[in-house]
Amino acid sequence: MTATTADAPPPELRLPRRRGVELSLLIGAVLISVYGYAAVGLAHDGAVPPDVAGYGAGLGMLALLAHVAVRFRAPYADPLLLPIAVLLNGLGLVLIYRLDLETPRDQAAPTQLIWSTLGVALFAVVVVLLRDHRVLQRYAYLSVATALVLMIVPIFFPAVNGAKIWIRVGGLSFQPGEFAKILLAVFFAAYLAANRNALAYTGRTFWKLQLPTGRVLGPIVAIWLISVGVLVLERDLGTSLLFFGLFVIMLYVATGRTGWIAVGLLLAAVGAFVVGSFEPHVHGRVQDWLDPFASIDAGRGPGQLAQSLFAFAAGGMLGTGLGAGHSILIGFATKSDFILATAGEELGLSGLTAIFLLYALLVARGYRAGLALRDPFGRLLAIGLASILALQVFVIAGGVMGLIPLTGMAMPFLAQGGSSVVTNWIIVALLIRLSDVSRRPHPEQVETGVIASATSTPEEDR
Amino acid sequence: MIRYIRRAAAFCLLLLVALLANAARIQLFEADELDDNPANRRNTIVRYDQPRGNILVGDRAVTGNKETGEQLSFERTYLHGPLYAPVTGYASQTYGTTLIENAEDGVLSGTDSLLAPLPFWDEFTRGRQPGGNVVTTVKESMQRAAYAGLSGRRGAVAALEPSTGRILALVSTPSYDPERLSGTGSAVTDAWTRLNAAKSLPMLNRAIRQTYPPGSTFKIVTAAAALDARVVKDAEAPTDTPSPYVLPGTRTTLPNEATGCEQASLADAIRVSCNTVMAHLGVEVGLEGMVEAAGRFGFNETGLRIPSGVARSNFDTDMSDDQLALSSIGQFNTTATPLQMAMVAAAVANHGDLRVPYLVDRVTTADGDTVQQQGPRSYERAMSPSTAVQLQRMMVDVVENGTGSNAAIDGVKVGGKTGTAQHGIDNSGLPYAWFISWAQAPDSGRPAVAVAVVVEDASADRADISGGGSAAPIARAVMEAALEG
Repeated sequence: MTATTADAPPPELRLPRRRGVELSLLIGAVLISVYGYAAVGLAHDGAVPPDVAGYGAGLGMLALLAHVAVRFRAPYADPLLLPIAVLLNGLGLVLIYRLDLETPRDQAAPTQLIWSTLGVALFAVVVVLLRDHRVLQRYAYLSVATALVLMIVPIFFPAVNGAKIWIRVGGLSFQPGEFAKILLAVFFAAYLAANRNALAYTGRTFWKLQLPTGRVLGPIVAIWLISVGVLVLERDLGTSLLFFGLFVIMLYVATGRTGWIAVGLLLAAVGAFVVGSFEPHVHGRVQDWLDPFASIDAGRGPGQLAQSLFAFAAGGMLGTGLGAGHSILIGFATKSDFILATAGEELGLSGLTAIFLLYALLVARGYRAGLALRDPFGRLLAIGLASILALQVFVIAGGVMGLIPLTGMAMPFLAQGGSSVVTNWIIVALLIRLSDVSRRPHPEQVETGVIASATSTPEEDR
Repeated sequence: MIRYIRRAAAFCLLLLVALLANAARIQLFEADELDDNPANRRNTIVRYDQPRGNILVGDRAVTGNKETGEQLSFERTYLHGPLYAPVTGYASQTYGTTLIENAEDGVLSGTDSLLAPLPFWDEFTRGRQPGGNVVTTVKESMQRAAYAGLSGRRGAVAALEPSTGRILALVSTPSYDPERLSGTGSAVTDAWTRLNAAKSLPMLNRAIRQTYPPGSTFKIVTAAAALDARVVKDAEAPTDTPSPYVLPGTRTTLPNEATGCEQASLADAIRVSCNTVMAHLGVEVGLEGMVEAAGRFGFNETGLRIPSGVARSNFDTDMSDDQLALSSIGQFNTTATPLQMAMVAAAVANHGDLRVPYLVDRVTTADGDTVQQQGPRSYERAMSPSTAVQLQRMMVDVVENGTGSNAAIDGVKVGGKTGTAQHGIDNSGLPYAWFISWAQAPDSGRPAVAVAVVVEDASADRADISGGGSAAPIARAVMEAALEG
């Protein structure tokens, strides 16, 4: 299109932009989603849903909007990121629509579609307005302050399903912790990019492990305390695990010190053990994980984890087919935390593997952008954002499949939940920007080491 | 930094591998175990997701389905539930299935491979066929006649077509409505509790699952054994039976209800039902001969299925002579189901050729295409044809000139035998009234029907209880229904 011809051709090395690849993959992603939507209707009512064309057109328009934004403002971006996000979001809508058929009084798919639209709109806004990611480095401390506020506010609202992670205003509920993830990743990236040398090369060596000095240890202990605080006050094991895991990974990437990992794991283990033993809500989850069938033996019928395992087992290798499973038996948070069980039952191990590989590809592309970037902040941000996705998928997928204790968390893009979808679209938008910078033909020289050193401010930072 | 990024990426890969390995563990290796966990509702939901196939009497379905609008979509209904309960059994979402509902469950629920268009079709498509239908051999008019005849008293009727073994009527009263047990919830559990606690045992299928001492009706078996073993060469000749008859090895004399039994012939002994003659003949035949003869009629058979399992009718295989004497007149430990005694009558009527009784005529797909047809099968030759002819004559004599006159039908050849069985400690229980019979239309070469009737509580007045009085009229009504075509 015009954008490709308007650029002056680079003199020697002309990297392919691959926007055409992205467009064809996007068409594939939309078609797969529309096919899934039709398959649900065929299995459930024996007819293609009447609004399949509208659904396809809606998703297609969203994809096109995102594509146009990328084509004009991030022409060198990785061509896989956007199609994967659209496909996962489309599949999520299909799964939620499928579960809506079982709960006529609780229709979640239309709401989710609105949130997805908002997510894509914010995606476009981020891609269009944020021309250079290094701008974010300037707002590191503002980010962390906002993140803390967002995490603390829900404590004053009533608990939902045992976890205090929601804000309810009127009919809208909202999970501020989701947005805090991005802000924390920005802060970690900026802080570590500025202090990584001090962290890496000072401190005492203690039996092969190089331990940090007390002065730089402060912020790390603070983060650990925040994680545990989240765990205790909000009873949200998943978010706590996610924040802490994110921090440890970024710290390791920034410094390469295994000593940090050891300290981090030790602290995490102590925290998890203490809370898991004494906090009743978390303790119950751990007990459930150790023996998912205890409630059956006790004559109280299967618990939610047992029901989830039944759903996965019913799927087998090939699945029952969309619309033909009974994952609604889980009864609790079927469309949100346990959405993966529906995928496992109706798409089988084959479909589940495909979904996991999509996530893996998304993460891998994030890491790839991180490897290719020159500035430490961009690198750490890319690794951080990709790691958020990886950890989140592991924590919730492992939870609903009995690999680790279950924690309430949204499967990125798939699960019902507005805050989650919007956040994930912003993450993808940031990854698009980072990959665009990393693949741009003439990378600008960047300075490193200071938080406020991002002087190459883009013009339209508004 | 690049090296550390690669290591972090390797860590993410490790997480992916863990997830995939765990998914394979649950979805492949542990899947069967999880699928079959009793708390997993999936099998149940799929089972009730489609209407269950029907059980037919003649060409009319006596079962149905209703949509529940609940998680288990379809629930069993019954037309004339109490009338056909001993045939159909129940199909309950709470308590499982019995009788035909149980024995033909694969067909009715659509999982039987007979219904699939191609072998392994259902396994391949992970689906199931629409529930097939089961057509019974029961004849509605006879079933109704038997049910009306028992009129709620405790008892049972079994009727067979002697030449084929088709079960034409299978009634047990008091009965129950199986529809009360179809669904789930407290109404069903209450009904279940009440039915199980009832002293009249309404859910007991007396026709095939309850055994009674057969009393004098067993004398037909003893007579067949005596004739076949040539202990009696001429049915009209006097037997050397002393009167009073003292049970061998004891000082107990065996009483007769009838008179004129001293030295009576076998034919006379059957007609007036002499205990002494038949007990004596049983001892003469000997234990081994009696056990063999009873076995040829189906006694001591544990594996009889119609297709539901039939309780074992008993003739002891290890007895002293006095016990053998009592057993030979259907007392002591001799017990029989009503179906077993109908088989005895059928064997006599069919010239000694006993057919395997069966209740399911054919199985069809939901569209009505027959996929399995049951035909007559020989059980065993119960007696020689000449013995059968002699016994037929004796049984006709019982109806025309003896204790079974209440079963006589004008212009029809009817043979019968009454029985009044003592039971309980020192025979204190109310005796069971028995009647077994068969009927053959004059223009037909084959017997139309063989019937066995048992009435437990025939009357509160002991003196009135007799096979001829209480049970024979029911048998006649059933036979008349059979002869009407």
